[in-house]
Amino acid sequence: MLYLKDRPGANIVVRGARVLDPAEGIDTVVDVRIDAGIVAAIGEQLDTNEHRVVDGARLVLTPAFVDPHVHLRTPGREDEETIASGTQAAAAGGFCAILAMPNTDPVVDSAATLGALVETAGREAEIAVGFLAAITRGQRGDELTEMAELADAGAVAFSDDGVPVASAGMMRRALQYSSITGRKLALHCEDQSLSHDGHVHEGAVAAELGFAGYPSVAESVMVERDLALAAYEGQPIHLLHLSSVESVAALRRARAAGVAVTAEVTPHHLVLTDDVVRSLDPNVKMNPPLRAELDRAALLDALRDGTIESIGTDHAPHALHEKDVPFEAAPFGVTGLETAFAVLYTRLVQPGLLPLATLVERMTAGPARAFGLDRPRVAVGAAANLVLLDLEREWDVDAQSFRSRSRNSWLLGERLTGVVAMTIAGGAVAFEA
Amino acid sequence: MTSIRLVRDDLRPPGPPPRRHLLSIADLDRDDVQRLLGTARTFESALDREVKKLPTLKGRLVVNLFYESSTRTSSSFELAAKRLSADTLTIKSAGSSVDKGESLKDTAQTLGAYDPDVIVIRHPQIGAPQLVARVTDAHVVNAGDGKHQHPTQALLDLYTMQQEFDRLEGLHVAVVGDVLHSRVARSLLQAFALVGIRCTLVGPPALLPRGLDAEMTTDIGVIRDADVVYVLRMQQERMEAGSNYVPSLREYAARWGVTPDRLRPGQKVMHPGPMNRGVEIDPRVADSVDALVETQVRSGLVIRMAVLYDVLTGGPVGVRALAAAEVA
Repeated sequence: MLYLKDRPGANIVVRGARVLDPAEGIDTVVDVRIDAGIVAAIGEQLDTNEHRVVDGARLVLTPAFVDPHVHLRTPGREDEETIASGTQAAAAGGFCAILAMPNTDPVVDSAATLGALVETAGREAEIAVGFLAAITRGQRGDELTEMAELADAGAVAFSDDGVPVASAGMMRRALQYSSITGRKLALHCEDQSLSHDGHVHEGAVAAELGFAGYPSVAESVMVERDLALAAYEGQPIHLLHLSSVESVAALRRARAAGVAVTAEVTPHHLVLTDDVVRSLDPNVKMNPPLRAELDRAALLDALRDGTIESIGTDHAPHALHEKDVPFEAAPFGVTGLETAFAVLYTRLVQPGLLPLATLVERMTAGPARAFGLDRPRVAVGAAANLVLLDLEREWDVDAQSFRSRSRNSWLLGERLTGVVAMTIAGGAVAFEA
Repeated sequence: MTSIRLVRDDLRPPGPPPRRHLLSIADLDRDDVQRLLGTARTFESALDREVKKLPTLKGRLVVNLFYESSTRTSSSFELAAKRLSADTLTIKSAGSSVDKGESLKDTAQTLGAYDPDVIVIRHPQIGAPQLVARVTDAHVVNAGDGKHQHPTQALLDLYTMQQEFDRLEGLHVAVVGDVLHSRVARSLLQAFALVGIRCTLVGPPALLPRGLDAEMTTDIGVIRDADVVYVLRMQQERMEAGSNYVPSLREYAARWGVTPDRLRPGQKVMHPGPMNRGVEIDPRVADSVDALVETQVRSGLVIRMAVLYDVLTGGPVGVRALAAAEVA
């Protein structure tokens, strides 16, 4: 289900780093030896075995991150991102695996289109990539894709992200049929009859600025609908990029009732509110929109207590000229792969709002579990999917530094703490600062 | 290598003053508003003369960039610039390279290459003036951006009220109609807060923005208590079949139309224009002596003169401007 280019496994000893893997119950200063891309030993004063030695003093070694929500814009908009550039950006952000959304041009709704992506990933991907396929043909919402064939061709899950399935009847059929594939539906919850021309969260800021409101209820009525259908059909679902307090409440109720639901939240919804829209900077325009402080607080609580177990960047690259327009004319979406860890570390972990171990868990084991992927881990015998982090170093986010082909980041000009020193993905070094 | 110093540093002329824009009423404080109203009053007295042109902005270039149809705002800005002796260049989107798909950024930079002192922009999208301010070196004046702001309208309305009542603080204004889609209402609300005017917003439920920090009601009866009834234009395009903000224009007119029997005798009525007679405003109200609509248009000219003057000079019009006027 995951694809990347073939590289020889690395032989490395990371000496004296703080090794942190919450899912394995490890948090200690220790050496880690990697033989031919496999974690071979964890212990004190390990032999070098003529491996490359990386000094881990004052660094933290954790499982590398998994991003369940990325737009690679391929096929169709290779000017904005490619599998090569997107996976380089991901490696620079500390990720060892990402899942790409199918809302490309053409939409990934046939085994032929998916096959071409799988083949390209096998040649170009610096880290592992999984591809979601569409739920409906062309994401038009009226005909199911050939899900069984798509699953055989490598689809990791199904999603109409960006263009939600409007009809409840169609959603029910999708839940029923996808069950034979063993792959989940990942749902973008938005009732477009409520959000239609909305650009900004419906609230005080939209009212002041004159924007058509995109109310939180546009998301939560769809969350409630999809949870009800998932419960009725007994099928698991994954809720993409939740943004509102009402959605979190619905998620909690469904969890308590035993519905098999996982959910994700983006870094920007954890850190920003619609207050920043006053700047009219098109780089704070995304779907779902930034909401109120009440919503942000509810999302952070849910992330902390595990109700939401995944962080997904919703990395959405856009060409410079498409964002260099009035806010209202700008497309939705911001990049995030290269800043996700650092911004969450700086804005949530450093001020004491989220333990580091929880952040690491929600960026590694959480999303892997949600999509049935092997969990990146620091354990003997596991493939080396590791990230070495310098939590003391600061850096300035600058457009020139991005590996992504796009630079529509809401963090341009910000100073962040936390640098990815090295990413080992699929046993090989994929990035080194 | 030595460089030849032509001027001693202390003889160098001072650099250009920082750019000043008028993008939103939110950028102003109370003193700014008072200064602009005062400047407008000074210009108004100058306009009573036989020769109405002042040399104040001679040699300056004011570009009017209009992406929406407009009669009063564009003519008013153009005349304001001309009355102050500035050169003007008016670009309307129809018939320009905008028709050929040129982006706002490119159009703004093209015009920016002429080094205009001021770019006045009207655009259907929120944030357009901010973009122009970002990509050019001109002072930018917002002449209306989408549903966001129309700051000179709010200023001219304050000016009109001050002329009429001789004060602003303590007045009560009822703003009636489609508040949701109105940039005028948004600018007015902020302007009213700056000068101490109480404001009540009145309209159908779906046209009162949720979350707005303001006094709001659906009851048209309350307008009788206000000093001024400010009628917003009911935008036809909002009333297309299927949008369902209100069931019909007919029902809107019956429920929220400003008619003589909903007003006190002598109660003042304002409207930013253009009016839909028989919809939001009864023709008898529109034509009554208590309607200040034409005063608003005249105020628009002097307020826009004041705004152009203010962004370019950064100070109150005073003795020197008047002296210049005398020379003319």
